[in-house]
Amino acid sequence: MNAVVNLWEGLHPLVQMLIKGLCVIGVLFPIGGACSLVERKVSAAMQGRPGPNRAMPFWFAWVPILGPALQRLGVFHLMADGLKMFLKEDPLPGHVNKVYFLLAPVLGMIPALTTVTVVPFGAYLDAAGHLVPLGLANLDVGILAVFAVSSLGVYSLIIAGWSSNSKYPFLGGVRASAQLISYELSMTLSVLPVFLWINAPGGEGTLSLFKVVQAQSGSWHGFNLASAHGLWGIIYLPVSALVFLVALFAETNRLPFDMAEGEADLVGGFHTEYGSMKWGLFFVAEYSNMMIGSGVFILLFLGGWNPLPWVPLADLAHWLHLGHQPILLGALSIVIFLGKVLAFIFLFMLVRWTVPRFRYDQVMKLGWQKLLPLAIGNLLFYALLIAWLQPKL
Amino acid sequence: MPYVVERKPLTLSERLYFPQILAGMRVTLRHLFAKNVTMEYPEQRPAIPAGYRGVPTLVMDPNGREKCVSCQLCEFVCPPKAIRITPGEIPADQPDHAHVEKGPKTFDIDMLRCIYCGLCQEVCPEEAIFLQNQYSMTGYTRAEMVNDKAKLYELGGTLPDAHFKWDKKKTAAEHGNAH
Repeated sequence: MNAVVNLWEGLHPLVQMLIKGLCVIGVLFPIGGACSLVERKVSAAMQGRPGPNRAMPFWFAWVPILGPALQRLGVFHLMADGLKMFLKEDPLPGHVNKVYFLLAPVLGMIPALTTVTVVPFGAYLDAAGHLVPLGLANLDVGILAVFAVSSLGVYSLIIAGWSSNSKYPFLGGVRASAQLISYELSMTLSVLPVFLWINAPGGEGTLSLFKVVQAQSGSWHGFNLASAHGLWGIIYLPVSALVFLVALFAETNRLPFDMAEGEADLVGGFHTEYGSMKWGLFFVAEYSNMMIGSGVFILLFLGGWNPLPWVPLADLAHWLHLGHQPILLGALSIVIFLGKVLAFIFLFMLVRWTVPRFRYDQVMKLGWQKLLPLAIGNLLFYALLIAWLQPKL
Repeated sequence: MPYVVERKPLTLSERLYFPQILAGMRVTLRHLFAKNVTMEYPEQRPAIPAGYRGVPTLVMDPNGREKCVSCQLCEFVCPPKAIRITPGEIPADQPDHAHVEKGPKTFDIDMLRCIYCGLCQEVCPEEAIFLQNQYSMTGYTRAEMVNDKAKLYELGGTLPDAHFKWDKKKTAAEHGNAH
C-alpha cells in the first residue's frame, strides 16, 4: 500500500490530475450508462412489465446461472444499445447548418463533464485529523463554478434546435432556452440561504461545496442550538431544498418538465434531426447533468458524505478505526455519497412515472409566478432569521 | 335534461400540489413491487377464451371424412374474397365415403386477405369450417400465407360432431327414409 502511495506522490501533479480525471470519468460514464438501463428496468417495473430481458450473446448462455441472470437483468441490451449507437450510420441532414449542428452535442457534453471537476464526492482524514475533500478541484467558489458552467449547457439545446433548420427542433430549442433560463433564477436564489447559513458575519466567506458539507457534519450535543450543525440542510432549509429540487428537474429536462423534448407534440424536440452517437451524446449529457445535479443537491441539503444526521463521517471513522486509513475511509465516503446519488436518481424516475407533464404555459407560470416569489421570500425570511440566530449559535 | 356537475373547489392540500404528488409517488412505489401484468409471449401463451376467432380451418367428422360439400356459400359470403373453392366429385369406389355427397377438389384461404370475421363459419350449413384457436400466422412469402386444403384440414383436425350426416344418410339409404 505504501509503495503505491509513494509512487503516486512521486508523479508530476499534471499526471496526477490526468489520472484522477480519467478515474472520475471512468466511474461516471458506466454509472450514466447503467442509469439508462436502470431507468428502463425501473420504468418497466412501475408499469407492471418485466422490461428488457432478451438480448444475450449466444455463447453467454453456456455460463450457468450468471448468464441467464444477466439476461434477465437486461445487461446486454445496454451493451447492444451502446454498440448500435457507435456503429450505425451517422446521418447529416442536408438542410442543417453543419458547423453548429455538429457543435451542439459537443457543447452539451463539455459543461456536463466540466462541472464534475468542482463537485467533491468524498473525504478522508489526513494525518493531523483534518477532513480533506476528495474531488478533482476543491474550489472556494464551488457552487458559483457549478452554476456558471452548467448554465452553458443551454447553448447546446438552443444551437441544436436552431441549426437543425426545421420546425420541431426549433420549437424545442426555444422552449428549452426559455425553461432553463426561467428556472436558473429560482435555483440560484434557493441556494443563497444555504450560504448565508454557513458564512458567519465577519468570518471568512466561502462558496465552497466542501464547507457546506462541513457545516452539516456536527455531532449531537443534547437539545441545544449547537446540535443544529449536525442537521442536514433539507431539515432547516426545507423551502430552499424544495425550490432547488423543482428547479433541478426543470434544468435537467426531466419529466414533468420535458418541454424541450416533448415527444408527444414535438417529435423529439431539439434532437429530432440527430442520430446515432450525436444523439447519444445528448443522452449521456442529460444523464451526467442529472447525476451532477443530484450530487450538488446532496452536498447542499442531504449532508454529502455524512452517513446520518448527527453522525458525521469523522465520527464514523472513529468508530470503525478508519482514522489512519485514508484510502479505506475515502472509499467508504465515496460509497456513501454515490449511494445517495443513486437513491436520488431513483427519485427522478419515481417522479417521472408519477407526475404528468406540464403544459408549456404551466411550466412558465410555475417558474415565474410560484417558484421565483417563493425563492425570494425564502431568501428574505432566512436572511432575517439568520441575522437573529447567528449570534446565538 | 343536461345537468351541471358541481366542481368542488380545490382543498388546501390539492392547491399545495406537493401532498398530492407524494400520494401519487406512493401509488407508483406500490406498482414497483406489484406483480407484473404482462406475459412473456413466446414462452407463455395466453389462454384462448371460448368462441375465439382465430385462423379459419376445415374440420372432419369423427370418422375422418370431410364435412365440406363445396357448396361455396363461404366463398360467396367472404367479404374480402379470401376463399377460393373448386368443387369436386367423390369417387364412387371408396366404400367409407359412399354417402358423402360431394367434396371440394381444392380449397384455398388466402390469409393475407382474411379478416377473421367468422362469416364463413356462420354461413356454413355443414358445420365444416371453424375459426379455431390459432392466432399467429406467419410466413416469408405470399404463397406461404395461402392455406390450401391439406393445410386447412391439418389445422382444423376433428371436432366433436352432433349430426353424423353421412351416417344418417347411410342408414336412410339402407332402411328407407325415416323422415
